[in-house]
Amino acid sequence: MSTLKLGQMILKDCDESRWRLADYEARGGYQVLRRILTENWSQERVIEEVKTSALRGRGGAGFPTGLKWSFMPRQFPGEKYVVCNSDEGEPGTFKDRDILRYNPHSVIEGMIIAGYAMGASCGYNYIHGEIFEVYERFEEALEEARRAGYLGENILGSGFHFELYAHHGYGAYICGEETALLESIEGKKGQPRFKPPFPASYGLYGKPTTINNTETFASVPFLLAMGGEQFLHLGKPNNGGMKIFSVSGHVNRPGNYEIPMGTPFSELLELAGGVRGGRKLKAVIPGGSSAPVVPGDVMMECTMDYDSIAQAGSMLGSGAVIVMDETTCMVKALERLSYFYYEESCGQCTPCREGTGWLYRIVHRIEHGQGRVEDLELLESATSNIMGRTICALGDAASMPVQSFIKHFRDEFLYHIEHKRCLVPPEVQWAGSDIYVEA
Amino acid sequence: MLSPEALARIDREIAKYPAGQKQSAVMAALRIAQEEKGWLSEETIAFVADYLEMPPVAVYEVATFYNMYDLAPVGKYKLTVCTNLPCALSGGYHAAEHLKERLGIDFNETTPDGLFTLKEGECMGACGDAPVLLVNNHRMCCRMTRERLDALLETLKRQATENTQ
Amino acid sequence: MLTLEIDGKPVEVEDGATVMDAANKLGIYIPHFCYHKKLSIAANCRMCLVEVERAPKPLPACATPATNGMKVRTHSRKAITAQKGVMEFLLINHPLDCPICDQGGECQLQDLAVGYGQSAHRFAEAKRVVADKDLGPLIDTFMTRCINCTRCVRFLAEIGGFQELGQAFRGEHAEILPFLGQTVHSEISGNVIDLCPVGALTSKPFLYRARTWELTRRRSISPHDAWGSNLIVQSKHDTVKRVLPLEFEAINECWLSDRDRFAYEGLNASDRLTRPMVKTDGRWVEVAWQTALEVAANRLASVAEENGDDALAFLAHPMSTVEELYLLKALGAAFGAAVDTRIRQRDARADLARGKVAWLNGSITEIVESDGHWFLGADVRRELPLMAVRLRAAAKAGARIVRWDDSDDDWRIPGVDPHKLTAPAMLVALVHFAKHLGVTLPDWAVGLVQQPSPLSAAEFDALSAALRGAQKRRIWLGRPLRAHPNAAEFEWLAEAIAGALGAKLGWLVDGANAVGAAVVGAQATQTAHQLASAGKAGYLLVNLEPEDFAAPDAVADSFARARTVVALTPYASESLKAAADVLLPIAPFTETSGTLVNIEGRLQSFTAVVRPREMTRPGWKVLAALTAMRTGRSVAYTASDAVRDAALPQGWRTQLAQHGLTAIAPAPTLHASAIPAFDRVTLYQGDMIVRRSASLQATDDAKAERGATIPSEEAAA
Repeated sequence: MSTLKLGQMILKDCDESRWRLADYEARGGYQVLRRILTENWSQERVIEEVKTSALRGRGGAGFPTGLKWSFMPRQFPGEKYVVCNSDEGEPGTFKDRDILRYNPHSVIEGMIIAGYAMGASCGYNYIHGEIFEVYERFEEALEEARRAGYLGENILGSGFHFELYAHHGYGAYICGEETALLESIEGKKGQPRFKPPFPASYGLYGKPTTINNTETFASVPFLLAMGGEQFLHLGKPNNGGMKIFSVSGHVNRPGNYEIPMGTPFSELLELAGGVRGGRKLKAVIPGGSSAPVVPGDVMMECTMDYDSIAQAGSMLGSGAVIVMDETTCMVKALERLSYFYYEESCGQCTPCREGTGWLYRIVHRIEHGQGRVEDLELLESATSNIMGRTICALGDAASMPVQSFIKHFRDEFLYHIEHKRCLVPPEVQWAGSDIYVEA
Repeated sequence: MLSPEALARIDREIAKYPAGQKQSAVMAALRIAQEEKGWLSEETIAFVADYLEMPPVAVYEVATFYNMYDLAPVGKYKLTVCTNLPCALSGGYHAAEHLKERLGIDFNETTPDGLFTLKEGECMGACGDAPVLLVNNHRMCCRMTRERLDALLETLKRQATENTQ
Repeated sequence: MLTLEIDGKPVEVEDGATVMDAANKLGIYIPHFCYHKKLSIAANCRMCLVEVERAPKPLPACATPATNGMKVRTHSRKAITAQKGVMEFLLINHPLDCPICDQGGECQLQDLAVGYGQSAHRFAEAKRVVADKDLGPLIDTFMTRCINCTRCVRFLAEIGGFQELGQAFRGEHAEILPFLGQTVHSEISGNVIDLCPVGALTSKPFLYRARTWELTRRRSISPHDAWGSNLIVQSKHDTVKRVLPLEFEAINECWLSDRDRFAYEGLNASDRLTRPMVKTDGRWVEVAWQTALEVAANRLASVAEENGDDALAFLAHPMSTVEELYLLKALGAAFGAAVDTRIRQRDARADLARGKVAWLNGSITEIVESDGHWFLGADVRRELPLMAVRLRAAAKAGARIVRWDDSDDDWRIPGVDPHKLTAPAMLVALVHFAKHLGVTLPDWAVGLVQQPSPLSAAEFDALSAALRGAQKRRIWLGRPLRAHPNAAEFEWLAEAIAGALGAKLGWLVDGANAVGAAVVGAQATQTAHQLASAGKAGYLLVNLEPEDFAAPDAVADSFARARTVVALTPYASESLKAAADVLLPIAPFTETSGTLVNIEGRLQSFTAVVRPREMTRPGWKVLAALTAMRTGRSVAYTASDAVRDAALPQGWRTQLAQHGLTAIAPAPTLHASAIPAFDRVTLYQGDMIVRRSASLQATDDAKAERGATIPSEEAAA
């Protein structure tokens, strides 16, 4: 069953039955790699093209990819690593799963090219444990690529060596944080490292390492095929290219939509079939669960790119769009998200280990009619004591939903505290969620 | 302790990593051991530690950190239902409630016949296919309407009887 | 060098230094829990957050590299707000049980909470409870108090060499634990008690014995091995309650072995001898000091007179002080008795042939500077637990470490290259290696070289390449090798090979004052072990029991046959009561003053911590009194300092050996079949105090050691 609704680049013309090497090659796959190797491109040329394209990291942070690649000490004599972050576990995000199951070779080609550009001869793709079938398929795809001579010694007779392996997670959201991911590959708990040093100087096994998201790597062959300039023009300045948006929640057709950056949100909502049951849009989390929530009316004015969403006070993040309709209890929604961060905190640093449980318990109390008037102030104060005080961004990720939910839906929280019940009438509450009654 | 087949699979995982980095294979080794043994006992963890030349407590750290490892016996079929917000907005809670009712158990419980264990899961990265559940960690079932849940339970029950016969 | 500014004060630090290092240099205190100067940086407690100019967020001082021109504020509003915020998180799940917590009064969390905590708490939820763990007989746990700083985990992995504790589970459920069903077995585990910034890990023997502010503290020196670890001995009402490390970077850094830390329990053992006793007609009677001294002197004198030369041996444990041994030597001279302390050495030829005193042949700090180490017949973790710590640091810095011995024990030193060889195999291998290196073999080795070599030529090449590849090469002779009947042959070969490889020999000596004993000349032509087993007519024992010797049964038998055995001892054990006929109560190290010379030749004096028990007297005074009785001349020492100065005149260090022995005489041809095995080193049976520490004796190590010595008794039963 495909969740793919629209593919214009990475997901174009691919589905469950067309993921194999032959299919990818029929779509022009591995041509860019062949060109780079036979024409003996310089590493700088590859990186320059990526810079020109304004491709930004698709994992959530949006860091310019070309710039990141240029940080690698290419002349460093020892081993260097290229690592793909397919540990997709940010609630609302499900694009990497589709890329890996429908077009795994685009990721493989992108990683080989990245290895070439950064002088690395070994790579790992870290795949979310919960999509184990996708991990197994990726292993198959790797085997195809090895047999075809795209991986291993002396690739396509160029003298360039690159080996690529798959590593699976096994249930830890935090491993999506790049240094936690490296720890995990090293066979440890996925606890993020303090930076500096950054992975570019001290990464996997202490060696220079570049980590990019699945979609970022998958975009590379396409952007090089069309040229950086053209890729940039697909989107907006500073927001180049196509982007896959994962739309979930109260829409008629949840799924992945690969559209140009800068497409109006209203168009995306329409592509996804509009709000389920024709209900009123209440709120949208536009970039995965860690991104601040945006009220529906504000969201309807936004375009889907880094800058526009930032102006609306949130983040494009991984491009995961969680849509909530008028039947949603915002306190209950926040309670579930807070539970998630409490459950997934790695336990390493104090503010997050102790703070996420505290946040969850306060929100839980409010939701269950035991809120106190001072709780909202306490939540604001506790989140400000977590934000910016932790080793990684999970502390911030746990705090931003709390702060934004209270900011935009304060009345609902106060109503819960004062009346010990929800502002949304019980008979309709959560009604939009039972798709199988409605649809 | 583990079968030669399992050890061969672990060896293939070890080969993915540079010399001297056997520890990198610990997640895969624990997963393979769990597939074979059903869950990770103290003895199994100690065996994996010995095999990978790691301090046993370091392996235990890994086994307790990642939540797909089972540190206690589970039913023949472990059903993990995602109830995170995006799934909940598309029937995740409803699916979980339906399963609880059909199986007569709550989260983290096992049916008296030892067939099913129910777990609440966190985001599986498949929110567009909600409600989503995992059967024994590796098999993902998508868009689990009540009808599809019932059908899944029937199939699994049938499988279990066929296997025992 | 980098220049930065902290709280307006400029400071220069090395490249690679952190903000914390810079602040420490300025003497500016930044609150912290997880940071420890000897451990890797975790940056997990977040207590040391400081404001750094141009950084958008407060940064942890412990992990933030200092940069040129950096401006740091440790007490600005931004920094204090961050620190107070962290303190609140640390306290929300921490129990308010300070009044019954052993850490009270020396708790980092308590101290900092006074400065950074809020008077009212906003946490209205139930506090977390964490199950306690069984870490063995030395460390007690109150895990609900744990703040997950992971210092204990890092200590055991990095300094102890093996990760015995971990932080399992995640998030709020994270907890520190050993692997299921296991306890902690590191021989330096007690340090985690000092490292724990809260009362989660506490001393089991000390638990609820006293509040820390009631304790008197005195500096002392450990008498349990030759390392010379500096101690803080704490007491209350003239009873030793606890021993902690006194930080001394050049010796024990800030660590102690468990042996040094927990042996003090033995000081308060129930069989302390507190009054002089004399055995008359098989019955022990308490007598006055004067009577006891007279009986002792008379009995020894009659043996000397009736049994002639060689009738007497005066033996002391090598933990005895310089003062005791110097006066014992004088007493021995007065009686014509042989004096010796080498209670576990079976061969006197090596020390005789060398002439000079065996020692580390360098300083302790040089161990880490040396990058090539070859251990022959050593058991480092049991002999000198803190030497193993230095070797771990050397290994981390890239040193090559090779060991030849007959044990399977893991040294917990990463990268050690072990070769398991029995004593005869090792001797044969050394002969072959020497020959391989072009050494001309002496006649006694002819029979050995005819045996096939246990190691191949390629292995010899690899070994010499490993050592030659190092800048500073050391060959270490361990206690089992030095105690062996062929210690002389082993040392001759080691010295010859050291010469060929350009390496320096070092001796792992046995006993806290083994070096001092040799320097003051408390050495005879036979070792104490040989003298004790030789069936002399009379013995005088200082700080010794039959169990101390290499062959306790033979020694006990020898004592039983002697006409008289006078024991100067803090304890009246059954074995000693059976062996001796006069027992004179002398003070253990905490009840007198004295001097020990450690393995690196460092002279360290200490004073009494508590008053001597009842009629107990300092050993040196008892020895002086006996000498006076014998010679009829009073010995004119009023204080131990004067004895020490007489014992160690200027220039005594020239007696320390630079090289191993180069000739053995006589040396008959050896055959491998006649070479016995190495003796085992024990961790917790080495002296009378350690043997009486109930907690140490409850460890798995001690149980195994006692089990290993018990079989003969079991077989008899």
